[in-house]
Amino acid sequence: MSFLVLDRLSKAYDETMVVKDLSLSVEQGEFIALLGPSGCGKTTTLQMIAGFVEPTGGDIRLGGQSLLAVRPSGRALGIVFQSYALFPHMTASENVAFGLEMQGVDKAERGKRVSEALGLVGLGALADRYPRRMSGGQQQRVALARALVIRPRILLLDEPLSNLDAKLREEMQIELRQIQRTLGTTTILVTHDQSEAMALADRIVVMNKGEAEQIGPPFETYEWPATPFVAEFLGKTNVLDATFDQARSEVRIADAAWPLRSADAADVQVSIRPEKIRFVTGAAPGIPATITTRIFQGNHWLFQVDALGRKMTIIQQNDGEVKPSEGDVVRLGWMSADMRVRARPKERA
Amino acid sequence: MSTSPSTSADRSARAPYVLTAPALALFVGVVLVPILMTALLTFHDWGQYKGIERVLILKNWREVLSDSYFYEVFARTFRMAALVTVLAILIGAPEAYILNRMRSPWRAIFLVVVLGPLLISVVARTLGWALLFGGTTGVANQALMKLGLTSGPIPFMFTEAGVVIALTHVLLPYMILSVWAALQRLDPQVENAAASLGASHFTILRRIVLPQIVPGILAGAIIVFALAASAFATPAIIGGRRLKVASTLAYDEFLNTLNWPLGATVAVLLLVALVLIIWGSNRLIESRYREVFR
Repeated sequence: MSFLVLDRLSKAYDETMVVKDLSLSVEQGEFIALLGPSGCGKTTTLQMIAGFVEPTGGDIRLGGQSLLAVRPSGRALGIVFQSYALFPHMTASENVAFGLEMQGVDKAERGKRVSEALGLVGLGALADRYPRRMSGGQQQRVALARALVIRPRILLLDEPLSNLDAKLREEMQIELRQIQRTLGTTTILVTHDQSEAMALADRIVVMNKGEAEQIGPPFETYEWPATPFVAEFLGKTNVLDATFDQARSEVRIADAAWPLRSADAADVQVSIRPEKIRFVTGAAPGIPATITTRIFQGNHWLFQVDALGRKMTIIQQNDGEVKPSEGDVVRLGWMSADMRVRARPKERA
Repeated sequence: MSTSPSTSADRSARAPYVLTAPALALFVGVVLVPILMTALLTFHDWGQYKGIERVLILKNWREVLSDSYFYEVFARTFRMAALVTVLAILIGAPEAYILNRMRSPWRAIFLVVVLGPLLISVVARTLGWALLFGGTTGVANQALMKLGLTSGPIPFMFTEAGVVIALTHVLLPYMILSVWAALQRLDPQVENAAASLGASHFTILRRIVLPQIVPGILAGAIIVFALAASAFATPAIIGGRRLKVASTLAYDEFLNTLNWPLGATVAVLLLVALVLIIWGSNRLIESRYREVFR
């Protein structure tokens, strides 16, 4: 029996389905990321778990018991809001203490746990400061401490890092991950940032138009996207039209051929991640391409190329070698195993 | 042009003064000068037969500050203003909260209902109250007596309670608007955050919402208090001639007794007292909430 179960959870506003039959089982201590573009229903899902939005169908079970009849104040969940939603008229420590006060924890114990929680997020020195006088990152930490101090059954994070600048966001990601590992709190993160989801989560739920397109560990989801949407949303990808030759067991693009055991159709679509493409010479299969832009980014090179009338993106690690320059004609090759082949969608009339 | 053209730096430095000059002239002309003249008037002498004498004496001030009659009028003025303010807070703050939580079409409709009184003249509104509760002929009083709920008419006209009720009705919109403005600045997620931490509806209201709208309530209280203490029409109509407040007293001295210097003294004293009270409470609010609401 899983710790948290979403059972065909649905939410409709009037005629529009915001969340459609979402089913998910979360184990105790797991870190789950709900990932998707805005309007995909991820925040609504989180709000339903929190109890702020009432589902129109399905069930939410925590530890085997349905949460639907439980008020938000009775669910014992810790929530970090996108806006942090700190109490502006209370100091950091008063903010953190509020939840414990509601639980009826006595004053001495409260003080101990508040300073523990503030210490955990590295804010011990700012306990008496008001939120307005704190930076975004510090407010974020107070919000996290406030949610964690009540020892919630689940920690819900609603785009918690989206208001921070890039450098701070990376620091907080690492910190968040460490804190979650230390405490072992089951955590659900809502984000539209694919790198954040991959960095933090044990499993990613990729959502699109209210439905879960794929649920799996980050590496697996990235390497084996179940649908074109997942492939496009999780990292960049290059898509080429190809044909599958059943008799010779190979995929053909232009005059190059890659061995492949089977495919769904004769007309197929091949997608290859930018970092899997190499510049090849000699007998290796490859397609001709012209480099249109070359950008150096320190640890890697980013190429835009024109291949068979399509734009493609290539990423090459900076290994100290001299790379082809703009205007050069090259041959692009990749390993057979790095191709993801699926039937080409029918041309729309 | 014969004058040398001024540089653009010159002109932009002068621009604020030039642009505000008309407003400044208006302010000086219709506010500052009359107030100073009124203040000067308080030191003049007046006699039944000699009229106003342009001298500088403290007779009026001595009279106002020593006679218990004036003390009584001012005490009544500020007592009623304080009562009106308390009632406006007790009714207006919850009303603003409910208004703020209403859904889209209703909110606009009820906002108009709440602000409606401001669209009608104070005199008309006050006379409306008089029609409802005025003696035995008042509509509401007659209804209550017919229903047997009261044996006699509820005393309303010429009572402090009557003035307080009518003034509260007149001034309530100011409190509601002020609290509403404060409520709109609240992050709705903050209430959700408190609920997720285990707080009940009542606790959220008391511990989370109320402290955040206190500045709005206090700002509304200052407006309501100032307007109630200086109100004229309502106390004049409902309070009548005997139940005097500072403003009706000043009016009577000016227009009935024709003792302008004494009326001016009452008016200036009211102004000074109001300024002191508002300035004091504003300081109090600012020092209390500086940390939180800067």
